[in-house]
Amino acid sequence: MLKDEEIELLVNELAQRYGYDFTNYARASLRRRINRLLTIDRMPSFAELLYRVKNDPDYLTYIIEELTVNVTEMFRDPSMFKVIREKILPVLATHPFIRIWHAGCATGEEVYSMAIMLEEANLLNKSLLYATDLNPSTIENIQKGIFPLNRMQQYSENYIISGGKKDFSSFYTAQYGWAKFNQKLKRKMIAAMHNLVSDRSFNEFQLIFCRNVLIYFDKVLQDKVLSLFDDSLEKLGFLVLGSKENLRFSVVAKKFTQVEKEKIWRKTQ
Amino acid sequence: MAEDAIIKYKMLAIGGSAGSLDVILKIVAALPFISHLATVIIVHRKNDGESILTDLLSSRTKLVVKEIEDKETITGGTIYLAPADYHVLIEDEKMFSLDASEKIHHSRPSIDVSFESVAEVFGISAIGVLLSGANADGAEGLSSIKEANGFTIVQDPASAEVGYMPQQALEQMTPDKILKGDAIGNFIKALVQ
Repeated sequence: MLKDEEIELLVNELAQRYGYDFTNYARASLRRRINRLLTIDRMPSFAELLYRVKNDPDYLTYIIEELTVNVTEMFRDPSMFKVIREKILPVLATHPFIRIWHAGCATGEEVYSMAIMLEEANLLNKSLLYATDLNPSTIENIQKGIFPLNRMQQYSENYIISGGKKDFSSFYTAQYGWAKFNQKLKRKMIAAMHNLVSDRSFNEFQLIFCRNVLIYFDKVLQDKVLSLFDDSLEKLGFLVLGSKENLRFSVVAKKFTQVEKEKIWRKTQ
Repeated sequence: MAEDAIIKYKMLAIGGSAGSLDVILKIVAALPFISHLATVIIVHRKNDGESILTDLLSSRTKLVVKEIEDKETITGGTIYLAPADYHVLIEDEKMFSLDASEKIHHSRPSIDVSFESVAEVFGISAIGVLLSGANADGAEGLSSIKEANGFTIVQDPASAEVGYMPQQALEQMTPDKILKGDAIGNFIKALVQ
């Protein structure tokens, strides 16, 4: 069984040597990720993993990707997307220019979902979608716009529940088990590396998505990141969190008002 | 090791899948209010937005029943339900956390994930119960609870609507009790009081 001291050793190594700070990641989940890495890489001991981290810089990108969770889907929690489609987009439409930030967007499915909704509302041309993650592979994924074909049935169902009226397959072409999404969807996407733990606010947005990222942080880091979002939102802008996340007990709670029953908050102060 | 003569159980973890709902309802109906004992129920289900499961369980007990939110405080006397599409982890004796990582045994929530975390944090003060199901999830997790000296109960596969899941557990480990579905609720009641 992995010892607490071993987790701390790895955390310190990643922070001091490479500047990736996992200090305030929730321990239970981080412990699982490290155990999982030991299993899939068939490492006989934790010492082996630590040696690899210290001596093989090429291993770094991989380990960061494996320690972080990159599970996402298109139109995940479709009822939330329906509220965005019906209630939030009409508000955004009144702006001359729309800036959206997908923070910690993993493989980018959510960014493509949003681009589809903006395109359908004839708003994509005046929008910019910033897609950021601490993993560099995000940038490549966003640029490619290729996702596993076997997920499309689920995504199509989600899309319809979100209020989508088209045939979902009209957004992509299927090839060799992959779905390549229409190139025009990515024309307004900007993908970049950004670490919520250590990087600052870089723009002001009307809408920020950060879903199922805060669950991996402890409360101290959650507060810090929520303050970063507060700093990065225009007044009356919207913040969208994951379906079991909440800003009720956070330092920024009093500045935000929840929109309906969904995990969407509006910055009212 | 045990300084107290009486073990105080602090966490009752129940895992079930296909065919487990009736047994879960009976267990919940039998559970007494114990101020230092929290219950967490991990049951495989579809993520269909609104859940009636919380209401269904609430109708059988006076205890508070609620779906777990991220970093929720663990309060004794409360029955917690794993939310659809999230794994439930235990940070420490006072805090849950959620995890949306890969499915385990095609399941999220996975019983193995929560049982392993319960074993790690609660050890000897944990009770693990594995019920009916058509999936191998839960067997390894229950073994972890057993290895950590917690108390383990498996539903008798012959009495289960779907015997595969409890059978998998019995092939991997020897639980402290094998009980018919109808008998589990009262057994737990006696165990924790």
